[in-house]
Amino acid sequence: MTASSSAVALRDAAVQVGDGLLWHDVNVDVAAGQFVAILGPNGVGKSTLIKAVLGVIPLAAGAATVFGQPAGTANREIGYLPQRRSFDPSLRVRGIDVVRLGLDGDRFGLPLPWSAKNREAGRRVREVIERVDASSFALRPIGELSGGEQQRLLIAQALVRDPRLLILDEPLDSLDLPNQSAIAELIRRVCVDGGVTVLMVAHDVNPILPYLDQVIYLAGGGAVCGTPAEVITSPTLSALYQTPIEVLRTSDGRLVVVGQPEAPAHHADRHTGHPH
Amino acid sequence: MTIAAAATSGDVTWSWNLLNDVRDMFSYPFMVNAFRAGTIVAIVGAVVGWYMVLRKQTFAGHTLSVAAFPGAAAATLIGVSATAGYFAFCVAAALVIAIASRPSGSRGFSAESAVVGTVQAFVLASGYLFATLYNGLLSGLNNQLFGFTFGITNDQVVTLGAVGVLVLAVLALIGRRLFFASIDVDVADARGVGVRLLGVAFLLVLGAAAAEASQITGALLVFALLVMPAAVAQRVTARPVAGIGLAVLIGIAATWGGLTMAYYTSYPSGFCITTFAFAAFVAVHRVRAGA
Repeated sequence: MTASSSAVALRDAAVQVGDGLLWHDVNVDVAAGQFVAILGPNGVGKSTLIKAVLGVIPLAAGAATVFGQPAGTANREIGYLPQRRSFDPSLRVRGIDVVRLGLDGDRFGLPLPWSAKNREAGRRVREVIERVDASSFALRPIGELSGGEQQRLLIAQALVRDPRLLILDEPLDSLDLPNQSAIAELIRRVCVDGGVTVLMVAHDVNPILPYLDQVIYLAGGGAVCGTPAEVITSPTLSALYQTPIEVLRTSDGRLVVVGQPEAPAHHADRHTGHPH
Repeated sequence: MTIAAAATSGDVTWSWNLLNDVRDMFSYPFMVNAFRAGTIVAIVGAVVGWYMVLRKQTFAGHTLSVAAFPGAAAATLIGVSATAGYFAFCVAAALVIAIASRPSGSRGFSAESAVVGTVQAFVLASGYLFATLYNGLLSGLNNQLFGFTFGITNDQVVTLGAVGVLVLAVLALIGRRLFFASIDVDVADARGVGVRLLGVAFLLVLGAAAAEASQITGALLVFALLVMPAAVAQRVTARPVAGIGLAVLIGIAATWGGLTMAYYTSYPSGFCITTFAFAAFVAVHRVRAGA
């Protein structure tokens, strides 16, 4: 904590769902500029952890801070990309307009087309689209674009206000393998070149494994934090799950976690967060 | 009314001398009022309709316009102005739909269509009841359902204009947030734009616009000014500002064309306006399909 300040911190945090605690005694320290993944099986409360950081879901115990301020008070510093939204193929709205909404979509009134402010906004939107390599398709209706192209534009939308913290919820979900690695590389570039702290929920750690500074592994109502090499091991995960878990390393360096119990429901749990 | 009846029954003829034709047409005050009212409604309907098509709420829009029928029938029955009946019923129906169809959190309008269908059945049945209680005068019923533009008074034009300005002012205020909430509800919600409140506000705006359009095209042909111009515009351009502008132009063109056609033929104005709007839709569809 000497060289870099704290971006996100959770202290003995717990979240309540129904009568029980979804997770408890969670301690997280993310330093500014880090690339951090939140891992764990479905339904364990990964998205809930993000929402606690955003201050949307209250903590039942403990405290959460973002850049030293209580969670929810510094949300202007956060670019948030929720779990994969699909745009209707028939939606006739250009990608560039979707990005622009990230900048001033929450304003009242209409922008005056000839004002200096409007030109400045247009410049910032074009700049961020350039930054995510989306210039060649940003003027086409977003519904006609591929999943990878849409995801680039959504990342641009989350980045357009120059946030210090980028929070992404399964941004690689439902992308094919080449697009997964391309988007992962883009997020790394945003983190390293742009100095943006990245907190990312991932179902599969492998596409981002080489870039990670830290992982937060949620399971069994608790969490373990540390470097991937420390956390994604058979003993650590076995202790977390309280059941024998094996972590295998393939010849190309990919990690495979074997024996982790999955929550039965795959859809409802993302929103209600059933503990298993 | 008698002049209107004479004029619209085909006593006037198209001379191909455009200046004379227009001067001739506008020598009748009822024609001037029809153009005034039609233009106001075309603008309001196109702008509101653009959002409605974007939000895929055409079913709700249809139901709100159907509510204009019992509104007008009830107003006739109790002897108040039809205009008041149109607005009261359409806005009330909008409130019912907004309150009854609470979307769960940010998850879209899943519960809405069932509520909308229920409301629509009930308002149609009510309209039929009021018309029956009034005991006939079938021409009034026809006008409520299919429009009668040639009996619009100065007072009605003023009311249409005032409500139209109010609707456009509300949309100018919330337009950007509404656009955000319409196409990207999750992020908009996280940004705190008030997705639910915007949904309610838009339904009320839609109710007012449907009530306006009903008075020009009749309750059943409202889509000529609410859906068709917006649908054509969204097929032509994906730019929001250009799309709204184009929808307004198409709405005005269809209204002016339709009113002129109704004046020179014996066909009802609702049919004429709808025909012009439909022609625009078919033309754009063919051009895009061929491209």
